[in-house]
Amino acid sequence: MLRIARRGIVVAACLALVAASSACSDEAPSSSGGGTAASVPGVTDTEIVLGTHMPLTGPAAAGYSKISPATKAYFEYVNANGGVHGRKIKYLVEDDGYNPANTQTLVRKLVLEDKVFAILNGLGTPTHTGVLDFLKTQEVPDLFVASGSRSWNQPEKYPTTFGFQPDYTVEGKIIADFVKKTYPGQVVCHMGQDDDFGRDSLAGVEQVLGADGVKEKQKYVTSNTNITPQIQAFKAAGCQVVISATIPAFTALSLGTAAKLGGFKPQWVPSSVGADYTTLSGLLGEGKVLLEGLVAPGYLPVSTDASNPWVQLYQKVNKEYNGDAPFDNNIMFGMTVGYLTVQALLKAGKDLTREGLISAVESGGFKNAAVGPYRYSASDHSGIGGMQMGRVTGGVQAAFGPVVQTDDGAGPVQEYTEAPATPTSNGIPAV
Amino acid sequence: MSTTQVRPARSPISRLITPRRTGPRRGSTLLRHLLWVAIAAVAVYFVSYGIDPFRNYQLATVAAYLCVTAGLTMLTGLNGQLSLGHGALMACGAYTVALAQNEFSDRGVLGAWALPVSLALGVLVAALAGALIGVCAARLRGPYLAGVTLAVALVVPAFTTRFAGLFNADQGLSVYVDPAPAALGQYFPPERWQAWIAIGAAMLSLLIVANLVNSRFGRAFKAVRDDEVAAKLAGIHVARTQVLAFVVSAGCAGLGGGVLAVISQSVSPSVFGLTLSLNLLLAIVLGGLGSLFGAAWGALLLVLLPYLTTEVTRGLSLSPGLANKLEGNLPLAIFGLTLIIVMLVAPGGIQDAFRALGRTIRRRF
Repeated sequence: MLRIARRGIVVAACLALVAASSACSDEAPSSSGGGTAASVPGVTDTEIVLGTHMPLTGPAAAGYSKISPATKAYFEYVNANGGVHGRKIKYLVEDDGYNPANTQTLVRKLVLEDKVFAILNGLGTPTHTGVLDFLKTQEVPDLFVASGSRSWNQPEKYPTTFGFQPDYTVEGKIIADFVKKTYPGQVVCHMGQDDDFGRDSLAGVEQVLGADGVKEKQKYVTSNTNITPQIQAFKAAGCQVVISATIPAFTALSLGTAAKLGGFKPQWVPSSVGADYTTLSGLLGEGKVLLEGLVAPGYLPVSTDASNPWVQLYQKVNKEYNGDAPFDNNIMFGMTVGYLTVQALLKAGKDLTREGLISAVESGGFKNAAVGPYRYSASDHSGIGGMQMGRVTGGVQAAFGPVVQTDDGAGPVQEYTEAPATPTSNGIPAV
Repeated sequence: MSTTQVRPARSPISRLITPRRTGPRRGSTLLRHLLWVAIAAVAVYFVSYGIDPFRNYQLATVAAYLCVTAGLTMLTGLNGQLSLGHGALMACGAYTVALAQNEFSDRGVLGAWALPVSLALGVLVAALAGALIGVCAARLRGPYLAGVTLAVALVVPAFTTRFAGLFNADQGLSVYVDPAPAALGQYFPPERWQAWIAIGAAMLSLLIVANLVNSRFGRAFKAVRDDEVAAKLAGIHVARTQVLAFVVSAGCAGLGGGVLAVISQSVSPSVFGLTLSLNLLLAIVLGGLGSLFGAAWGALLLVLLPYLTTEVTRGLSLSPGLANKLEGNLPLAIFGLTLIIVMLVAPGGIQDAFRALGRTIRRRF
């Protein structure tokens, strides 16, 4: 026992040292808003630090890993042209591999250790859902989440969180409205991912077509790549139009499986999430002829439309600041997020605070590459509300028809008539 | 090499393990271990005040993994059973805690007792699952055992999808957790509270495993590992011993999973995939198989290595083109390289390397 006692004394002495060196009281954290810019986390006179979590590796990396470099490239472009109110934007990107456990750790690291001003464009429903409560407690602005879940639009519950792309219910309604008008009397079916994505989409589709308007409903999970049973069920039900809430890999898989079954050629109408032609043709390889005639909605100009001024601007930035990465809709997405962020930061003014940024976003009225309106207000934190259909013809995806808008409730799907915005001459939003 | 000729052939696993100091210890084992736990608890209490919230969160994660690695190192290192399915057992604990906490919250019956009850339920469910697997495992050896436990690791996503109504498929569940008690003060960081919960759980599993290892059961574990026939001749019921080891180990995994669910406030199948199971095994081998200190090193590595590799790569300045290619991949490459180097330099694990270092120093002076 003597040895234990001796050891005990040593340990106790060490503990006393630790105790003496650590302050045992918790001071109130410096107010995140209302104070001067000097006390705002992540903001100095010369810099604004933003952070994000992205799947740079893992199952969702294909395509999506190109988003954050594009956003970063746009920020570099703005920085090279004087920054925002004289401050340069620093964008910290953390790779969560689409694993919610990693997201938990990385977002805490960004907020608590790297002291970012805001979290921007965190990607994924399962990943980002887990950090909502944490970001709310820390009062960190959680801007433009890269997912169409309706969870981001809960201003009462999560006052700092804002969506970006049209939510899946709005998209479902817009697709169903198009299908109803274009393919009247045909048998409509629905394929959905077994989470908010599929569920919200189906809710939107049934809102327009009615609960009995969808003959066959099938679900899939990303962890199981055998979807032959689902496609067989569609064939047996005689589906003529299949609306699908699928990520790119499963859009490609659906088309490929249907072609293999033979004698089953429905009109596919996938969600914008899984309809980027560049990504799909890369996945299908030789089978990319199956994409011919594919119809899908979009909320940004199509990346192959070289006559669009936004595409021209983004291509320029991509060439100069993004190592000329292969230009696709993911880069369009990333750069638009960058543009919107700069618009919001400019609007928040020179005395940048977290509260100031949130009320700047809530004041709304942003216009940029998005074809429809942004819906931001104090009572609405959902993103873009309008979409335009696009079709693949001769290996080129192009938009057609009117831009339509709706809400995630029982509101009608109607045409959006405002003229599309154009970028400023230097490609940086004006104050 | 003369020892190998004298001793009976050992299994490959036990050859990796350095024999522990022999000779009887005096005094009560339980008392000695309780003293250690008390010292550690006081140390952690002060440390948690001295570090910032993010470090507290990392500390909590390390502690959650420590619950699991302690049980796993006992199972694999001391009982010779290889499990590739501990991630799935963690999932049992985590989902049970999630469902229990949310049920309590829905019925508005949360109180200070709710969290311990949920965690206990998590341990119970995981231990039951462990008993089931253990009964199968006791009939299997070597690669067949690995195969069965691998299947268990793979079944989690399928299970959560099949019963999507309860487990919400790939998206998983969020876990309701009460905030830290108001008595701790208004500005008490939640991360410190989480660290306390996790450390408490880790201490509990370490205490149980350490006592078990130093008991009659522990000696039976080792006897079965080294030679089943000899153990049988000595009157040890081999299958029963193996099942017991599996159940205790599964219970620890359940506790670790439950704690992980509490500190991250969410559960989803991708967290508990095959990668986690393999990482756990990697952690105990890297830390030092069969030693509880090794389990602690392993848990620390699981959290620190990915963090440090990311920090290292962020320090590099790369051209945008190169950064696009390397971002996300470079940390993985460094992670793998580190593992290879550690295994080359210290084949017996980190704890073994420290022991060897200690011996050298003692001999010199």
